[in-house]
Amino acid sequence: MPGMVSLTLAGFLTLGIMSFVYKDNPIYKFCESIFIGVSAGYYFVLIFYQSLLPQLTDKIGLTGALTDSALAYYRQSGSLASVQWFNLIAAVLGMMMLMRLLPKIGWISRWPLAFVIGSIAGLKLIGELQTNIMTQIQKSILPLWAPQYVDGSLSLAASIGQSLTNIVLVGGILTGVIYFFFSKEHKGVFGGAARVGIWFLMVTFGAAFGLTVMSRMSLLIARIDFLLRDWLHLLG
Amino acid sequence: MKVKTGVLGIGLILLLAAGAVGQWLLPPLEVGAKDAPNDAGKSLLVLWKLSPSDTKGDKAVEGYQILRARSAEGPFEPVGTAAKGDTLFTDHVPQNGTDYYYKVRALGPEGVFAESETSGPAQSKAQWFNTERVNALLAVVILVSSILYFVYKAQSGRELYIRKIAGLEEVDNAVGRATEMGKKIVFCPGRLDMDNVQTIAAVLILGRVAKLAAEYDTKLEVPNVYSMVMVSCREVVKEAFLKAGKPDAYREDDIHYITQDQFGYAAAVDGIMMRDKPAAVFYQGAFFAESLLFAETGNSIGAIQIAGTAQPAQLPFFVVACDYTLIGEELFAASAYLSKEPRLLGSLKGQDVGKVFTMAAISLGVLLATLQTLGLFPREWVAAFANLFLVR
Repeated sequence: MPGMVSLTLAGFLTLGIMSFVYKDNPIYKFCESIFIGVSAGYYFVLIFYQSLLPQLTDKIGLTGALTDSALAYYRQSGSLASVQWFNLIAAVLGMMMLMRLLPKIGWISRWPLAFVIGSIAGLKLIGELQTNIMTQIQKSILPLWAPQYVDGSLSLAASIGQSLTNIVLVGGILTGVIYFFFSKEHKGVFGGAARVGIWFLMVTFGAAFGLTVMSRMSLLIARIDFLLRDWLHLLG
Repeated sequence: MKVKTGVLGIGLILLLAAGAVGQWLLPPLEVGAKDAPNDAGKSLLVLWKLSPSDTKGDKAVEGYQILRARSAEGPFEPVGTAAKGDTLFTDHVPQNGTDYYYKVRALGPEGVFAESETSGPAQSKAQWFNTERVNALLAVVILVSSILYFVYKAQSGRELYIRKIAGLEEVDNAVGRATEMGKKIVFCPGRLDMDNVQTIAAVLILGRVAKLAAEYDTKLEVPNVYSMVMVSCREVVKEAFLKAGKPDAYREDDIHYITQDQFGYAAAVDGIMMRDKPAAVFYQGAFFAESLLFAETGNSIGAIQIAGTAQPAQLPFFVVACDYTLIGEELFAASAYLSKEPRLLGSLKGQDVGKVFTMAAISLGVLLATLQTLGLFPREWVAAFANLFLVR
């Protein structure tokens, strides 16, 4: 019986959200409010138990009962002392952030904000440089003529195929970068290369569009399957 | 004579018996341990030479077991295993600066093993500098130097040219349209937290939109997914209203939290759009499956939509359903382009220098690789050039 009630509720909420396809209506508003309220509450509890407790209060010894992650760390390192100070810094930054609730000293909350944005920008610089630039450069160093050998002898068809692949790849990268070059107007040869670059991008987007539409269709099918099979038992 | 013959006979029988059950199992040789280089400590490399019994096609050795102790006398405890043919094992030790001793066992069939001599002591320690990432340091130095150079140039009054970016030219028009129609502007700063560069770029663009909205007395609503982003957006919008000389017009509640749930957020934003019918909608930052839901809803109410993201999978949806789309790098260039602030313009020009280096490196590498396949250039040199960009 409880299963039937929850299934019926889930089915009603699914149809209520889907009713937006027709137009905005009171049932959609009702379902939307439930959705937002439940999810906001769910994430609050999730963050409290998965982030605040194990990452902060357990490690600085505020809470008596250690959570699983804190215990795992303790077993591995044999000590909690090595992480306490770092977590205290985080705790202080968090407290400073809450100062914005007090209008007179609300300006203090700008400091942790500046810390987060500044440190993230610095950390990301290295990561992005290594993964998106250096690795990309290394993998793009390809010969424009790539001879392919089958059973020890040169295969002209395979060589032409591989060479064309490399030419398209290298050409796409170079013209794509030219499109995103902001210091020069897109005119003449440079402009032509930039136009080729945007064509490459659009072809890529077209392929990605088709792929994603297919995955969205499978999501829709899964939801209809839930309605017809699990809820209404219309499918075997 | 008879005794000698007997001893030889017994030896021969033993040899034959050993051959019947397999090969002689000999221990690995020259076992050693040393600190793992270029790491944050707590790692030791255990190295050895293969057991003479570990030969190709021979099943005498099935693998190796690594044992560790805090003193040469033991007790030794197993810390891991390595496959047959392996000569290296990385041991994650509990403490830096402590002596550790190692033995390596060659493992044979049916629990048989042959143990090496004790090796050590070895201590792990953290390194301040990862020498394998000198190339990344060099790249950062080039990039940051060029950015600083152009920032200096911009601040000394030199005009820096930036080409037109169509999507950004329309930001002012979109805000103006909302003002003329007497409707609000909705700005979605993406669905990731402040630790994402796209969100940071989105918040910077919001500053410009908020300033225009304040100047034109147009209502601006910013629904958020994360509290940190909400706080940042509030700061930026408040500052924009102050700059526009209208601090009293700033309403904190217009920049509000919704939920972290993806489709909960999508349902709420769609609801806001359907009910309030904003004249202009901005989607700037990182978006995922909700992108098309937003863009389609915005399109159905006739709002002018300007999107900007670096999410490759979502760009197609924005391109087809929005009026203007900032593609990838354009999103990051937006704040400099819109504000014309010397520091940001200098940064953008500096990044362009990085792009020139990137194109030059790829072009040179491709040329060398092509010459190599034509037999005009040594293979090793091409590999060495490519390895300049290897990330370890």
